[in-house]
Amino acid sequence: MSGWMGALFLRELRLSLRVGGGALIGVLFFLAVITVIPFGVGPDLNLLALIGPAVLWIGALLATLLGLDRLFQADRDDGSLDLMLMSGRPLEVLVLVKCLAHWAGTGLPLVLAAPVLSIFLNLEPLAIGAVALTLLAGTPALTLIGAIGAALTVSLRRGGLLLAVLVVPFSIPVLIFGVSASGAAVTEPTPFMTPFLLLCALTLISAVVGPVAAAMALRFSSD
Amino acid sequence: MAILDLANPTRFLALSARLLPWLFAACVVAFAAGLYMTFFVAPDDYQQGATVKIMYLHVPAAWLAMMCYSVMAVSSLGTLIWKHPLADVSAKAAAPIGAAFTLISLITGSLWGKPMWGTYWVWDARLTSVLVLFIMYLGLIALWRTIEDPIRAGKAAAVLTLVGAINLPIIKFSVDWWNTLHQPASVIRMDGPTIHPTILWPLLVMALAFTLLFFVMHLMAMRNEILRRRLRTMQLQAASARVGVATSQAAE
Repeated sequence: MSGWMGALFLRELRLSLRVGGGALIGVLFFLAVITVIPFGVGPDLNLLALIGPAVLWIGALLATLLGLDRLFQADRDDGSLDLMLMSGRPLEVLVLVKCLAHWAGTGLPLVLAAPVLSIFLNLEPLAIGAVALTLLAGTPALTLIGAIGAALTVSLRRGGLLLAVLVVPFSIPVLIFGVSASGAAVTEPTPFMTPFLLLCALTLISAVVGPVAAAMALRFSSD
Repeated sequence: MAILDLANPTRFLALSARLLPWLFAACVVAFAAGLYMTFFVAPDDYQQGATVKIMYLHVPAAWLAMMCYSVMAVSSLGTLIWKHPLADVSAKAAAPIGAAFTLISLITGSLWGKPMWGTYWVWDARLTSVLVLFIMYLGLIALWRTIEDPIRAGKAAAVLTLVGAINLPIIKFSVDWWNTLHQPASVIRMDGPTIHPTILWPLLVMALAFTLLFFVMHLMAMRNEILRRRLRTMQLQAASARVGVATSQAAE
């Protein structure tokens, strides 16, 4: 990683982890969602074990959506987004680095919290590993796809809700393959690798499409 | 270049005013013919009875739902690449029409599904991807309504429209890629249509009628949008003129 990219990555990560960054609120929200589910569906442990991977994935999706408006909003408010636009660096790479830092601040804690939370949902050790692995492979895609929505709504004052509405349709494939891969790890005959590799492919595709589209949207929002 | 001539909104308004009555008449004729063929020429199905007639609304509406999004995607290319001044007008005008067609195909499909499949809704790939298309239409409309400046709204929506175009092939091929309850393609196939001419012809006429309806409504919506933007510009000018008078009075 060349110098400026590393510097940008560290800056973003520090800003999101320090006071006022609010990165770890996502994990608290994740915990809140998981805690609410048994009250909704009832504390039947067998049922919870059955729907556990899906619940964890939906919780991670919601927590990611909630944090996405921080991706460009704060930088736009204090003017550093304009500096980045004028810096002459390739904006697509810049967005990609920002997304990676954002994921390291908000997505990675979700992945780390998932094994702990899956104990609440009565998951077996194998399923816990599968969910954590699929979340590790899949949540970057959610952040990268969400960057498009964050860039489109950056100039809006109350863009958070619209952002979620815009991003949800595109995150459905990630959810489908994430849940089916983590489900396939537990139920024996269905293969785990097929949906898991598709999930990895989705992450790679969104690593290209997301930054390109988000950079385009940021350029248009500035002029 | 005809499409460049149309970049002038006044010329577009004049041309579309001349074109619209003819398109409207053709649309009425096609609907009359299509509905007549649907109810009196096309036979009832030996199992499904008269409910098969729902298909003559459902299939053209679903085709149009996808064509409408394709029109929006091409318009978005026009907005972003060629900066064609009417491209974002076209995309914005098409979105509510496309949402309506998608809703029609979803509703007619579930009305047919209740007696035939025994349920209004199943979460299979075709139905889900069309529902995603519907949500995307609504999201695009919401995006247009939240950004005040029409030019910036058009560019933002164009980016999102192009990203969303990924969904179109997924809808088209969902019945081939996954094992769905929805039947596979039976009209547009490499080895020719697999349905009987007495059903195919009414379906094609209805599809033509729906297409003409789309063009009529699209042109009318584009004209409205152009006039709405002119009105907005005039209101802004009037407001700034009033502010100008007020500040010059304050200076005196």
